[in-house]
Amino acid sequence: MKKKLPLFALFLFFFSLLLFCHSSLAFESDELLVDDEEFGLEGGSKPQIKPHEPAPTRSTTTTTRRKVSDQDSDSKIQFSLEHAFGDSDFVPAGTFSARLKTSSHGGQTLTKLRFSRNAFTGEDKEKFEKLLQDDDFYRIRLPSNTVSPPGRDYIISSVKARCLPREGLDEHFVIHMEGVNILAVNYGAFGACSYPRQLKLPHKWSFNSHTVLKNSEQAPRAPIFAEEVLGENGEGEIIPPPERSFWAKYWMYLIPLGLIVINAVTQAMNMPEEGVQGGGQTQQSAAAIQRGPGSAVRRR
Amino acid sequence: MDWHQQYIGKVKHAVFHTQKTGRKRVVVSTEENVIASLDLRHGEIFWRHVLGINDVVDGIDIALDVITLSSDGSTLRAWNLPDGQMVWESFLRGSKHSKPLLLVPTNLKVDKDSLILVSSKGCLHAVSSIDGEILWTRDFAAESVEVQQVIQLDESDQIYVVGYAGSSQFHAYQINAMNGELLNHETAAFSGGFVGDVALVSSDTLVTLDTTRSILVTVSFKNRKIAFQETHLSNLGEDSSGMVEILPSSLTGMFTVKINNYKLFIRLTSEDKLEVVHKVDHETVVSDALVFSEGKEAFAVVEHGGSKVDITVKPGQDWNNNLVQESIEMDHQRGLVHKVFINNYLRTDRSHGFRALIVMEDHSLLLVQQGKIVWNREDALASIIDVTTSELPVEKEGVSVAKVEHSLFEWLKLKGTLMLASPEDVAAIQAIRLKSSEKSKMTRDHNGFRKLLIVLTKARKIFALHSGDGRVVWSLLLHKSEACDSPTELNLYQWQTPHHHAMDENPSVLVVGRCGVSSKAPAILSFVDTYTGKELNSFDLVHSAVQVMPLPFTDSTEQRLHLLVDDDRRIHLYPKTSEAISIFQQEFSNIYWYSVEADNGIIKGHAVKSKCAGEVLDDFCFETRVLWSIIFPMESEKIIAAVSRKQNEVVHTQAKVTSEQDVMYKYISKNLLFVATVAPKASGHIGSADPDEAWLVVYLIDTITGRILHRMTHHGAQGPVHAVLSENWVVYHYFNLRAHRYEMSVTEIYDQSRAENKDVLKLVLGKHNLTAPVSSYSRPEITTKSQTYFFTHSVKAVAVTSTAKGITSKQLLIGTIGDQVLALDKRFLDPRRSINPTQAEKEEGIIPLADSLPIIPQSYVTHSLKVEGLRGILTVPAKLESTTLVFAYGVDLFYTRLAPSRTYDSLTEDFSYALLLLTIVALVAAIFVTWVLSEKKELREKWR
Repeated sequence: MKKKLPLFALFLFFFSLLLFCHSSLAFESDELLVDDEEFGLEGGSKPQIKPHEPAPTRSTTTTTRRKVSDQDSDSKIQFSLEHAFGDSDFVPAGTFSARLKTSSHGGQTLTKLRFSRNAFTGEDKEKFEKLLQDDDFYRIRLPSNTVSPPGRDYIISSVKARCLPREGLDEHFVIHMEGVNILAVNYGAFGACSYPRQLKLPHKWSFNSHTVLKNSEQAPRAPIFAEEVLGENGEGEIIPPPERSFWAKYWMYLIPLGLIVINAVTQAMNMPEEGVQGGGQTQQSAAAIQRGPGSAVRRR
Repeated sequence: MDWHQQYIGKVKHAVFHTQKTGRKRVVVSTEENVIASLDLRHGEIFWRHVLGINDVVDGIDIALDVITLSSDGSTLRAWNLPDGQMVWESFLRGSKHSKPLLLVPTNLKVDKDSLILVSSKGCLHAVSSIDGEILWTRDFAAESVEVQQVIQLDESDQIYVVGYAGSSQFHAYQINAMNGELLNHETAAFSGGFVGDVALVSSDTLVTLDTTRSILVTVSFKNRKIAFQETHLSNLGEDSSGMVEILPSSLTGMFTVKINNYKLFIRLTSEDKLEVVHKVDHETVVSDALVFSEGKEAFAVVEHGGSKVDITVKPGQDWNNNLVQESIEMDHQRGLVHKVFINNYLRTDRSHGFRALIVMEDHSLLLVQQGKIVWNREDALASIIDVTTSELPVEKEGVSVAKVEHSLFEWLKLKGTLMLASPEDVAAIQAIRLKSSEKSKMTRDHNGFRKLLIVLTKARKIFALHSGDGRVVWSLLLHKSEACDSPTELNLYQWQTPHHHAMDENPSVLVVGRCGVSSKAPAILSFVDTYTGKELNSFDLVHSAVQVMPLPFTDSTEQRLHLLVDDDRRIHLYPKTSEAISIFQQEFSNIYWYSVEADNGIIKGHAVKSKCAGEVLDDFCFETRVLWSIIFPMESEKIIAAVSRKQNEVVHTQAKVTSEQDVMYKYISKNLLFVATVAPKASGHIGSADPDEAWLVVYLIDTITGRILHRMTHHGAQGPVHAVLSENWVVYHYFNLRAHRYEMSVTEIYDQSRAENKDVLKLVLGKHNLTAPVSSYSRPEITTKSQTYFFTHSVKAVAVTSTAKGITSKQLLIGTIGDQVLALDKRFLDPRRSINPTQAEKEEGIIPLADSLPIIPQSYVTHSLKVEGLRGILTVPAKLESTTLVFAYGVDLFYTRLAPSRTYDSLTEDFSYALLLLTIVALVAAIFVTWVLSEKKELREKWR
């Protein structure tokens, strides 16, 4: 029973938010409906995503809104992203929305995270340019608890502003979750940010955002072998010692033997000419040959 | 090569054993929870037991055996006097905490069994000294009485138990000690209330303070009547403002009161009046009363006078008479006298002599007899806080005596190997080898084996130990400033290590301490020269030092730049020179650090922002800002370990060539932090949580950006976690509740962004990114590999060997629960191990996977020795690449040299150069002879 009340409140809050969204034309959410668990690819501002057909986009959003209100909207939550330029105060910069999934054993997780970023105002732009000039930090923060923001405190992350500009402004969020709590957010450039950082102004003042939700991985279990399995394996390894070829085993004996034979043959062929030296030489020569054919030749 | 030293720590209690059987001994208990029996003649340890960290010794006495009361009065043990074997052990139960008291009455004997009275946990227990059986128990907690004293009435089997109920009700029980029968119970209320300790003046009178701490209350409970008598401190002519406390003592008819900076000896006169006998400053120490022949009593008073210490032994109750008066010269590095225990002996002329055991401020223990220090023990070394090393001075030019000696030794060795040596020569060789003057020289050696181990102890004393033989080269008791009376020391840092320029400067270390215990207390810095052991400088800072960061920059005199973080998160740069600030300004934007708030479960990253804004302009102070934060949910995770890489670690190569001729690039970052968290429910001791509600999560965090590089959950696991992070791997040890065993896991990180650099052509053409600077702001492309194994032991400390260039393979040094150090090859903790490695993998050195790590008895680097109370293991690279120096410390010290891959780059000490030379000469001679012979033969053959 207790649970219903906050959900109802949430619903009310959400509904009022929708009303607010309707009335304020400044915010034009144009969610790209990618049902990707991990990647909620999101174009923040209007000109970036299909600027030539704004009307249908808006219509889709309205449908989603209707869909939201029709569905069990109690499982939908939103939390805001706030940013700061250098040491300035944090101001809202965008909204994350996600579906709260309650698993059978009571744990809650977020899925289908989507992100919509507010467009940079002229003032923001100036501030950001200043950051680029000074090579200062662009900082963001998120609530540590998504259900009851801000939770214990805000999770802060920052990046050197010069890492972001590419074609537009590329940003990459990795949000580490533990249930409905955000542990940490890794915020940074999508790719590399080489050092020393060069001053580069973006062509388009719009964010190209990538978000990833991450939960903890399971550690691999320690391998548990039954004793006999281990024994079998051990034995199995010992039994077939890879049979090497005859040549591989005995080459060190075969080569000298071959040399001796060859030498003996040449000696035998030379014998008639060296007959003067006496028959006893043959046995001796065999011994001499072991020292290599060279020595045999020298002796002559 | 190895040395091992045994210590006991600062002595708390000492009991002399003077029975004629065997040699004379003293049994002591110490603050390191050690019980030891020492030889009174030489100070050597006969036997020793190190109790656990939580097993604090409360009392010690000698009945038939040595009796100790420990663990807040819940464990009573008896140890055999000659050899220290435990005879029996009893657990005393009770409901409530109370002051643990141990009393061994002298005359309550039935046959050989004497009675031991223990008051603890609100109960009084009588225990048999033969087998530890509890004879009777009386619960005072039920009557909500807190027992203050247990008193034996002279020569009878009755005891008095006195205590308070609340703060003002006084109770006195008279009990038959033999059977626990209550004979009498008196109670009386005192309106002023009681506070603090009680001092027993006679067997039926005690003195305590009232709650205002300005009135001394004399309580007498003789003749079944309780009477209070108040004496205002001001009536004794003393100013009672300030801190007044009664010091526990056992002098008859006298007690000691400490008021601010001085101590008063107050006597109870026969008319039950109090009178001040003597007034001394607070540095004077008094021993307990000692009973010698026919009920005569004596006690010792130790006073300081300049560099001398005066010891006077006085007969009980008579202040103006001296039995012994001695004055001894005392090294001022020992500080003040903290405790004194006296003992009597019979002189050759049958008169009574006294000896005193003195515990000094630096935790050393001295035995003083006949005005001389008979022996001393440097027991501060049992409580090491931090260790660092220093190089020795370079050897001066010229032929030294040692060199001549060395060449002599070479010839002797040669004689030995050629079997020509006479028995005397063999003995001489052995003697030289044992003494090995080479290893204890006070100069730097070629291999870098000789070093100074600079050790900071809890006693605020710094020692320099020579790594060759472990002797104390110098010691320094840190200077205490007037501004701070309870300084505590924290850490040692290498302040100045000249090796390139500034060679004529001596190296120095920085000692960081704080004034008080809280982390907000102002910091104290001291600089100590490591060659001379002199304190160069010392500062009392205005700010605190929560964290100290040595920076990788040095100034022109090779002083290392250090940043101190105070509790307001401001950083302060040291040394405070303009040169330092200009170096710092250049690197201003590249300085980051992190802080771990384990209690809050928050890790934060910081960067320098700007100069401090404040009324006082401080050029060396900087404001900081938070760059990132990681917040662990309180309900599911609690930080129990955070380990980072050693700052001075050297990695030889980033590439690792696998058996498939493939290259893997290690992810090597100095800014890696390993954090382990557990479920709060499972943060207690093992067995306090079910496997289902216990988990261990490990993180690898980049400390510049706060990026979580790796996160993994071990379900059913819990701490304590011991981890070591080195190169690109982390090894951690924890308990697996499901398997009921300890486990060790290894995780290795590899950098994928460099993985394409395999093309030789690309490398030749320079189209690679190997030389590009690495930035933490780039999104890392990494892969991790993990594996887990069972490990038999629980672990006290883990370290890894470190060598000069990082080429030699590594060994993990594991301090086991048995206080030994086990060296385990890192190859056993390799995530690439598999059950059936291929032939190529085997050639690479991959060991077939097994479920547990092997413990090979030969791989204990401590051999059969134990480093009792092991707390830490330090590894230092020697100059010789193959060798690493290992120093393990706890209550004991152990030092050794390790070569994880054998000494492949040097010859053994036994190698005889002379023999090699002789062999070469012989060979050359042989060549000449054979040449001549063959020439002759050839000539002969030509003539034929």
